[in-house]
Order: sequence, then C-alpha cells, then structure tokens
Amino acid sequence: MKLLTLNFLTCAIKTCKTNPASFPLHPRDAELEIQEADLNLTFLKNILPRLMWEELRVISSELGLPELPATPPAPADLVEPSNTPLDTAEVTLAEGGAEAQEVEETPSQTAKDLHRILLETCIQEGKLVCGSCGHEYAVKEGVANFLLPGHLV
Amino acid sequence: MAESEAQGADYEAEHVHSVYEEIASHFSSTRYKPWPIVERFLKEQRDGTVGADVGCGNGKYLAVNKRVFIVGSDRSTNLVKIAREHEPHSTVVADNLSLPHPSGVFDFAISIAVIHHLSTPSRRVEAVKCILDLLRPASRSASLDGGKAFIYVWALEQKDSRRGWDEGHEQDVMVPWVLKQKKVKEPKQRKRDGASNEVVAAEGEQKPDGDQTFLRYYHLYKKGELESDIEQAGGAVVESGYEKDNWWAIASLK
Repeated sequence: MKLLTLNFLTCAIKTCKTNPASFPLHPRDAELEIQEADLNLTFLKNILPRLMWEELRVISSELGLPELPATPPAPADLVEPSNTPLDTAEVTLAEGGAEAQEVEETPSQTAKDLHRILLETCIQEGKLVCGSCGHEYAVKEGVANFLLPGHLV
Repeated sequence: MAESEAQGADYEAEHVHSVYEEIASHFSSTRYKPWPIVERFLKEQRDGTVGADVGCGNGKYLAVNKRVFIVGSDRSTNLVKIAREHEPHSTVVADNLSLPHPSGVFDFAISIAVIHHLSTPSRRVEAVKCILDLLRPASRSASLDGGKAFIYVWALEQKDSRRGWDEGHEQDVMVPWVLKQKKVKEPKQRKRDGASNEVVAAEGEQKPDGDQTFLRYYHLYKKGELESDIEQAGGAVVESGYEKDNWWAIASLK
C-alpha cells in the first residue's frame, strides 16, 4: 500500500472519526518496499494541495524515512526551473493542456523525492494503529484490512 | 432477505461476502467493460481530484481515469488483490458500512452494483449515508461545488433481460453464479462419495457435470427507490436515470 493512501485513511470505527487523534493512522512494525512507478508531474502537482503535510511528515518520520521539509513544496518547486519559463507553464495550466505540460517539463529533485515517498514507498507488511482507540489494522502482502470484529461495528 | 435488522450482517456474510470471495477470479474475468455512464462520470472529474470507489470489486473503474486518485475498497480480499494492479490508485479491504476514510475529503465517490447486496431497507439507506459522508462540502470561498457520488443498482424492471424480472415481482432474490469446473478435474469430482459431497454442498450446489452454483442475494430496486434512499440518507439527487437493467443516480450533500 503506497503511503499516499494514508492521506485518505482513518479508523473504521465510527466513534473515532470525530476524534482528531484518529488521523493519521500510525504504521507499526512496517516492512517497506519500493515499487517503482512512472512519475506523473501533472498528477503530483494536482495532488499537492490535497496533502495533509504535517501528518505526512509524522508518518514519514515514524517510518524512519528521510525528513520531509517543514512546509509543503509549491507546484513550481516540482519543475526543473531551467526547463520551462514560468509564464509558459501558467498558460498551459490555464488551458488545461496537461499532455503538453508533461512533455515540456522536467521534474525537479523535489518532485522525484515526493514521488518516491508518496507513490513508490509501499507498506508491505505490518499494522496501522488508530491514535484514538488503539485498534490495529493488519497490512498483509501490501493490502490493508479494515474489516472490524463484530463487537466493534 | 434478512428477517431482522440485527441479522442483516450475518445474512450478507453468508449470501454475499463469502460468495464473492469464492468466485472472485472467475467473476473478475467477466467484469472488464465499464458501464458507459459511469465511465463518463469518472472522465468528467477534474485532474488531481480525489475519489473513493466503494465496493470496487476487481477495480475495473480504477482503469478509467489516471489523472485522478481513487482509493478503492471492497469487502472481498481476493477481489482487492486483483484491483490493486491499477496505478496510480490504491485499494483496501473494508466494509461499506464502516469505511476507513475521513469524512468530507473526497471530491467524488462511486459505488457501482454494491448497495443492492445489503439485505434490509435501513442498511441500504445507511450504505448511501456512508457514501455521502465521504463527500467534500461545497466551498463558497473557493467557489467549488460539493462532491458528487454516483450510485448504480440493479433494477427490478428488466423484462427484456436474461432474468426477465419486472414490475410487481419479488424484489429480494437469490441470483445464481455458475462456476464451471475445468475439464481435467471432472473425473475426480464424479468419484466423490456422499461424505465429501456434503462439504461441497455447504459451499455451493454441486451439479453432476462438475459445475458449482453459488447464490448471491440481491435487492432489486424499483423505480424511484434509489432516489428515495438518497433522500432518506440526507442527500440530494442531482441527476438520475435508467441504463440497461439498472437504476443510477448522482447524489450530493444537501
């Protein structure tokens, strides 16, 4: 399961969802694996505003990964500056010409790092623990299981 | 259908969940073509938006749009293992009445051919409510519309289909799924004595030719019922219609 998924996951127990401590879920005894994936710059840029950055930093540090910067990168930080003049990039964006953008722009090191952490770093085995109730959800063969025992439904 | 609300979960465990777990691979091989209307809904989503696919099955809708990020979930581990192949999306095992997602963060949600497997009226309304809970409320400051959910269910009115159900028929039905046995296995199956046949019968009816029939529970929706469930769940119907033996609706928060 790629780490980006954790940005959209919380405890499956209804009473936990209103408790801020239930987000994010905390990985425990996690075995990580890098599964290489194509870097999609447009996708990264678009997903950027949706990231709960502070929480991702916490997860990343709990997993012993390299520390994420204190503040989230801006979309422009994801593009190699020498490659495309900024105004061209903005025009393309306004026209929604995602295809053209992908061809013209080169991902920066920041983009590559972000891609590595969010989309290529996967939890293969381990647990995801709710910070509110302490319930542990198992991750096996890269699949997290959120089915609850009968008494918790 | 389940005799009481309390028995709903147990009933579905036996007549829906365990069946899909058994037939996952064969079921998946027959489910590759997305319904055009669902495909359209997914392609209409803006780039970089985030969606949930509740009851994603083998993930056939995860393949439609790679410019959005979808977290798929399904009750069947075997189906999720098939669904996870679709990049850049992600899949987890979860129950649609206990979804592991924060409220109000998704731009869109789909639940295709899922809530008709719930065996009581209140569980079906609850399933819609759980989908609506995922949706992002409208933001006036960012002049953004609220999130939208696409829900698709089997219709009672399908007199021209293979099943032939129509208005006035029983809405709670058991629908067979036949798993064909591979030819090489046939001699073995035939040699089985009474004792081992009993075990097979508990999982699915064993036909003489080696095929296995599994029965899945369905609630067939009659005209207007899906819209009514959405209203009862506190949602608003944006658009709804009928497409080839199915009722569909696009719902939003009120």
